Amino acid sequence: MDTIVASASVIAAALAVGLAAIGPGIGQGNASGQAVAGIARQPEAEGKIRGTLLLTLAFMESLTIYGLVISLVLLFANPFS
Amino acid sequence: MEMINALNVLNSFSLAEIEVGNHFYWEIGNLKIHGQVFLTSWFVIAILILASLAAIRNVQIQKAPSGIQNFMEFVLESLRDLARAQLGEKEYRPWLPFIGTLFLFIFVSNWSGALIPWKIIEIPNSELAAPTNDINTTVALALLTSIAYFYAGFSKKGLGYFANYIEPIPILLPIKILEDFTKPLSLSFRLFGNILADELVVAVLVFLVPLFVPLPLMALGLFTSAIQALVFATLAGAYIHEAIEGYDEEHE
Repeated sequence: MDTIVASASVIAAALAVGLAAIGPGIGQGNASGQAVAGIARQPEAEGKIRGTLLLTLAFMESLTIYGLVISLVLLFANPFS
Repeated sequence: MEMINALNVLNSFSLAEIEVGNHFYWEIGNLKIHGQVFLTSWFVIAILILASLAAIRNVQIQKAPSGIQNFMEFVLESLRDLARAQLGEKEYRPWLPFIGTLFLFIFVSNWSGALIPWKIIEIPNSELAAPTNDINTTVALALLTSIAYFYAGFSKKGLGYFANYIEPIPILLPIKILEDFTKPLSLSFRLFGNILADELVVAVLVFLVPLFVPLPLMALGLFTSAIQALVFATLAGAYIHEAIEGYDEEHE
């Protein structure tokens, strides 16, 4: 592999995960905050809120995972090498 | 690849190998298949079949069920609740086997990858891991889901299924067609990425600190892999429901 291609791939892989983590991070923070507010307002609904929260968190998490898949492709199955 | 291999040279712990993109190839005719995935999938399938057989061996109908029968009834009931929550009371029954099988296969695969010390067993060129950490497995499962929701739509509405694409307004047609491609793509990438990420994180941590430190992350891995199985099954149910229900019925 070219040195320049290798270094560009490594930087791109890091950026892919890092940038992909920003949006879901904000989203998960919002969702968790709202869930905590919901539980504080209505403690008896805790079980339902927790289940829904975990499911939605998994959905947001998958956005970061897409970035991770891209970076794994760049690191381990690089198409330009 | 070379960087990780350089790390592996330093690594005397055989439990902490990091191998991505190396496969244990079997050649069948002109096909090259990933042998390690087959071995672990067969193992998972065997576990599921043996558990079902054990549960129906001494079925008690009169008395309250106990032991493994009790457990399997609990599993079945949770799966039924899952399918019913997505598909509704009237439609869920024919799709329960499909959604239930998806959930059980993915769940047992993910947990077998995390709980069974596969890395102890040496195979050439690769290592055994959860079947779902190979993209081919997850793509196959996602394509099955696509076929299932197309079949559901066609069997319910015939060619009227295509009316879904221009409802509520025809201008959404390109997006709806695009959705048919993004659904399997996102399903497969989500599952593959999550499982692979779990295993990589654990492997890297084991490589740095072999004892005790990786344990909390392994527990987190168990949790996320269970959630991912749930998400996959839930989404499969939601897609099938979307194909069965028309726009009008949904918004009555």
